[in-house]
Amino acid sequence: MINNDTINHVRGISIFADDYREPSGTLHAAVFYSSIAAGEIQRVDYGEAIKSEGVVRILTYKDIPGENQIGSIIKDEPLFAERYVHYIGQPIALIVAKSRHLAIKARKKIEIRYIPSEVITDPREAFKKGSLIAPPRVFACGDTIKGFEESDVVIEGRVDSGGQEHLYIETQGALAIPLEGDNLRVISSTQGPTAVQRAIANVLGIGMHKIEVEAVRLGGGFGGKEDQATVWGVLSALAAYTLKTAVKVILPRGDDVKITGKRHPYSSDYKIGLSKDGIIKSYEVTFYQNSGAAADLSTAVLDRTLFHSTNSYFIPNVKATGIACKTNLVPNTAFRGFGGPQGMFVIESAIYKAAEKLKIPPHVIQEKNLISDGKSFPYGQIMINSTAEKCFSGLKQIVDLEAIKSETEKFNQQEGYKRRGFAIMPICFGISFTNTMLNQAASLVNIYTDGTVAVSTAAVEMGQGVYMKIRQVVARIFSIDISKVKTESTSTKTVANTSPTAASVGFDMNGKATEIASLEIKKRLTTFICDLFEVKEESVDFKDENILIGKEIKMTWKELISKAYVNRVSLCAQAHYATPGISFDPGINKGNPFAYYSFGSAMIEAEVDCLKGTYSVESVNIIHDFGESLNPLIDMGQAEGALMQGIGWMTMEEILFNAKGILLTNALSTYKVPDINYTPRKINIKFLENSPNIKGVMNSKAIGEPPLMYGIAVYFAILNAIKSFRNCVPEIITSPLTPERVLKYLYPSEMI
Amino acid sequence: MKKEIKFLCNNEIKEISVKPGTPLLDVIRNDLRLTGTKEGCKEGDCGACTVIIGELNGDDIIYKTINSCLFPVAEIAGKHLVTIEGIQKEQLTKVQELFLEEGASQCGFCTPGFIVSITGHLLSGAEVETSTLTDSVAGNICRCTGHISIKRVIERFSDWAETKINEDENRINELIRLSLIPEYFAGVKEELIKMSSGVVGIRKQTKGTTKVAGGTDIYVQQSEGVTDYVLEILNENIPEQKIEIADGSLKISGLTTMSEIENSKMISETFPAIKEYLKYFGSRQIRNRATAGGNIRNASPIGDFSNILLALGAKLEITSSTKTREIELENFFISYKTVDCAEDETINKIIIQLPGPDFKMNFEKVSKREYLDIASVNSALFAIMNNNKINKVRISAGGVAPIPLYLKQTSAELKNKEINPETIKKAASVAMEEISPISDARGSKEYKRLLLRQLIYLHFIKLFPNDIRAEELI
Ligand SMILES: Cc1cc2nc3c(=O)[nH]c(=O)nc-3n(C[C@H](O)[C@H](O)[C@H](O)COP(=O)(O)OP(=O)(O)OC[C@H]3O[C@@H](n4cnc5c(N)ncnc54)[C@H](O)[C@@H]3O)c2cc1C
Ligand code: FES
Ligand code: FES
Repeated sequence: MINNDTINHVRGISIFADDYREPSGTLHAAVFYSSIAAGEIQRVDYGEAIKSEGVVRILTYKDIPGENQIGSIIKDEPLFAERYVHYIGQPIALIVAKSRHLAIKARKKIEIRYIPSEVITDPREAFKKGSLIAPPRVFACGDTIKGFEESDVVIEGRVDSGGQEHLYIETQGALAIPLEGDNLRVISSTQGPTAVQRAIANVLGIGMHKIEVEAVRLGGGFGGKEDQATVWGVLSALAAYTLKTAVKVILPRGDDVKITGKRHPYSSDYKIGLSKDGIIKSYEVTFYQNSGAAADLSTAVLDRTLFHSTNSYFIPNVKATGIACKTNLVPNTAFRGFGGPQGMFVIESAIYKAAEKLKIPPHVIQEKNLISDGKSFPYGQIMINSTAEKCFSGLKQIVDLEAIKSETEKFNQQEGYKRRGFAIMPICFGISFTNTMLNQAASLVNIYTDGTVAVSTAAVEMGQGVYMKIRQVVARIFSIDISKVKTESTSTKTVANTSPTAASVGFDMNGKATEIASLEIKKRLTTFICDLFEVKEESVDFKDENILIGKEIKMTWKELISKAYVNRVSLCAQAHYATPGISFDPGINKGNPFAYYSFGSAMIEAEVDCLKGTYSVESVNIIHDFGESLNPLIDMGQAEGALMQGIGWMTMEEILFNAKGILLTNALSTYKVPDINYTPRKINIKFLENSPNIKGVMNSKAIGEPPLMYGIAVYFAILNAIKSFRNCVPEIITSPLTPERVLKYLYPSEMI
Repeated sequence: MKKEIKFLCNNEIKEISVKPGTPLLDVIRNDLRLTGTKEGCKEGDCGACTVIIGELNGDDIIYKTINSCLFPVAEIAGKHLVTIEGIQKEQLTKVQELFLEEGASQCGFCTPGFIVSITGHLLSGAEVETSTLTDSVAGNICRCTGHISIKRVIERFSDWAETKINEDENRINELIRLSLIPEYFAGVKEELIKMSSGVVGIRKQTKGTTKVAGGTDIYVQQSEGVTDYVLEILNENIPEQKIEIADGSLKISGLTTMSEIENSKMISETFPAIKEYLKYFGSRQIRNRATAGGNIRNASPIGDFSNILLALGAKLEITSSTKTREIELENFFISYKTVDCAEDETINKIIIQLPGPDFKMNFEKVSKREYLDIASVNSALFAIMNNNKINKVRISAGGVAPIPLYLKQTSAELKNKEINPETIKKAASVAMEEISPISDARGSKEYKRLLLRQLIYLHFIKLFPNDIRAEELI
């Protein structure tokens, strides 16, 4: 079923934050930010800037009526730097002018002097110096020492994974419009309207009830607008509140790339012990997370790394330590997968190295250790309804491993400099916010007297199709046409205290809340029908916009609604949903944090040009457990998009900072993401059959994040191709695997 | 510095007063309030701002897609600007329908750009097949779909078009008949002709001006500044004939765009491979604007076209109001972004002596992403053989020195040598000494040095498959 929202997209008439028709006299603002990574501000001279053409006002921390603080989990992030700066890009002032062009011109005229201090960019160095965001966290089970003793081989190593720029094509931004009194309306490109509302109230020192935050739709989020959209909303609000004029802050791409956080780079040490036949006995891992200069969501991201440190595998003895290291880089943040990919990349690297040593293919180890029902993860959650094995064996049915192996070998024996390799990646991803509190959502369903329906929820639409799926839920329950159902933009005015749309659960939770609210109204309508026709509930049926008693059509949906209204039946309902049965004790790091898990298996084949170090993705085969998909077209799109983001993260997407903390890959010309020519030559994604998910909305499963981790397979596919040319495996497994790194692995002694 | 600019905006004549250097994108979004065209990067790298420009050319209208973020609004005068709003019909077009059916629009932010790129491709009159359609959107980035569903759209559209579009008919009439564009396109030519007499041109500025040709460098490097500059729009004075063969030489006007070079019959007859090489130059939108002169004058060490021209031994004809002179391209580049070209001088022509049919030529480029990316290292080789010996040879290398580099010593090393692994290894090691790469976002200096060696090997492996095999070199 096509996504109705996209009809306006293809016509170019969908409205994004910057498209909103702003009130006349709207001012535009640009952010002035720190140009050094660490130091003390000695002096800032705004004299020339304020005189610059079109400038109306320059706001600094001195203009904040409330608290200069926007940190969400830990209160360590001022809106504007006061004396000290901790990263390049930290906001110092906001220049408000007649146009963005003029604001940026004025920005160049601000003179600033700093006393620079030592810059830390490396997480291990930060750790050594005791520069941490929070105390280390340990997830453990069994006895790893004993586990290693029982192992036939024990391997240790290091894995470094790079960051990743979200590169939502719509940059961050917000428009704040003063309303009567000191009320404000803020149109924000945010995944978390309530977070923006809360931060604005705190900074302005006024009640949350005076601030309405609305997210119309996002031109992509991917986690980048979960926490980091807040500051732009707050800045525009502060300016609008101060100047009593509408103010827009839309980041130019250059600013967005430089001053917003990215996926966390990690450096990790592992030690893995296995039996001769590939059973994993023991696993120790330490993750040094490069959190950047402030907490942002780092601690939560790190937790998910720990939750997923064993990917899809059951390992009896585990000790996973996570350390959030504070460096002088832009605070890193949520990114699709939320730490999960970083954790999984390490265990997959460990398995890859172990397979080398044991002289068996990695997929044999992978398959032997897949988690099954009744087994538990290190944090104590016992697996139920695992489809890990089903997906893995399903994959082996759609790809003939032996045939591929011999084809690849044949290809690699040819003359020349092209080589192929393939690798498999099973995934297991927990669904729910790991912070139990956030697992709540609400929905407001309004039926109007003509039988049309409007639904408001906490879910923000950013391309994942959540609005469409919510409409489908309503349409299904009332058996009405989808065109009669509309989803309202997400606003704190209609649904309060929203959790951000994240953790893949936007639809799970808001869909459930919508289901509850709709069923509530349906119950009222049914009672009304029963009274009207003096029949029993069981004989009433809603079908194709008709109301049936037995098999007889008694009236249309429209007539029913009209009659119900006349008879004073409430046609509106609000419902709250709190994911049941989940809990987690962060004191002991044990509990059942997830409502359920998402599973699947992928095989990726890559071809490497061993002269140039370049590569292409030859084929991708995936079996994924989508549950009973409510909208296969949307779900497939999520899987494909996530897959390519994962492949990008592993290969060409490279974030480079120099020792001074300056971002070198600071534009789309230097930070490359997959394009249409980089798509796999062959791609085959299959839905696992007969896999209803009783925990999901109408038996469906969350889909947003998990498929990203399939991308990890491409890394090892490329390594295998390299290995067939050079017969060597890099000592430290490092991503991304750019053409430069490939060439280095191919010619280790010659790149000098 | 304001002046009237009159043009046809979709189906409506517009007259606006803005600074001539304002990026067209800003005018579309802020002044015309057509918000279907998006800003994603303002540096030509995302395609969200793609629009179609139509201009009269004799009896025809030539349509092409461009990045409106890099286009000086002054140049729109007298032309037809087509935005996503201008290709709407009551019913969705086949392209739009397929985007829906394949789920190829998720957040929708990139979508108008893709639809416009494809529609622009159809309007350009180019062949409609999977490869050319893919090329038409290679400059559009979608972060949501990973382009997999978009690829399906293209494959399906290509199949559909094959049976529907009659290549012998007037393209615009065909597109109207197939409901791929609205009916008003049929009357655009008349409108443009009517308007052309009354159009307020942008008068040529002479003093204290900044030259702009395609704008694809200057708008990126000085994005906020250009709006306020007094511009000399070089495209105001396009020569009748941009590419010609005279005096045994191929002469290319400095204002020739990369697309024009790709499509030139003269170039495909003289240097057929160049068209292939240009596939890796920017995107369709960029190549529709990027000029040869701009590439040379910009003097970026990785300039692809400069690199090719260096191997071909090109000369430049440089003119000012007072004189015309010639200079070897390799002498034109002095040091980083410093060239032998005064402010009032213009690169008028590029002159390449025709080598006769028996020459060999190869160009290699490696970047993080194969398409729409700037080279980490590029290199071109041009050679003429005398039996088994290299009679004449020129090798160039980009990304490995402060300027686009002609590898003088390496070329000398190869002269009169026989093609064998030793010769090539020796030449490559000379090249590795001849260069001075630096480490930056495109790679470490060690990488670039090794990569150049590899590319030199590749030149010979590709050009002399009977004499050289990869195994003998690596
Ligand atoms: C997204 C993107 C991708 C790109 N990809 C590539 C690529 O793959 N390979 C590559 O080589 N380049 C690439 N470029 C760079 C650029 O497109 C080329 O260098 C192009 O040829 C510049 O030409 P232009 O006409 O647009 O230059 P402009 O921006 O108009 O001008 C550049 C400079 O040259 C001067 N100038 C222009 N024409 C003349 C002339 N005739 N005489 C004297 N001075 C002149 C101008 O004053 C200005 O200083 C890319 C650029 C972008 C934005
Ligand atoms: S805005 Fe990205 S190409 Fe123009
Ligand atoms: S649909 Fe979101 S960027 Fe393409």
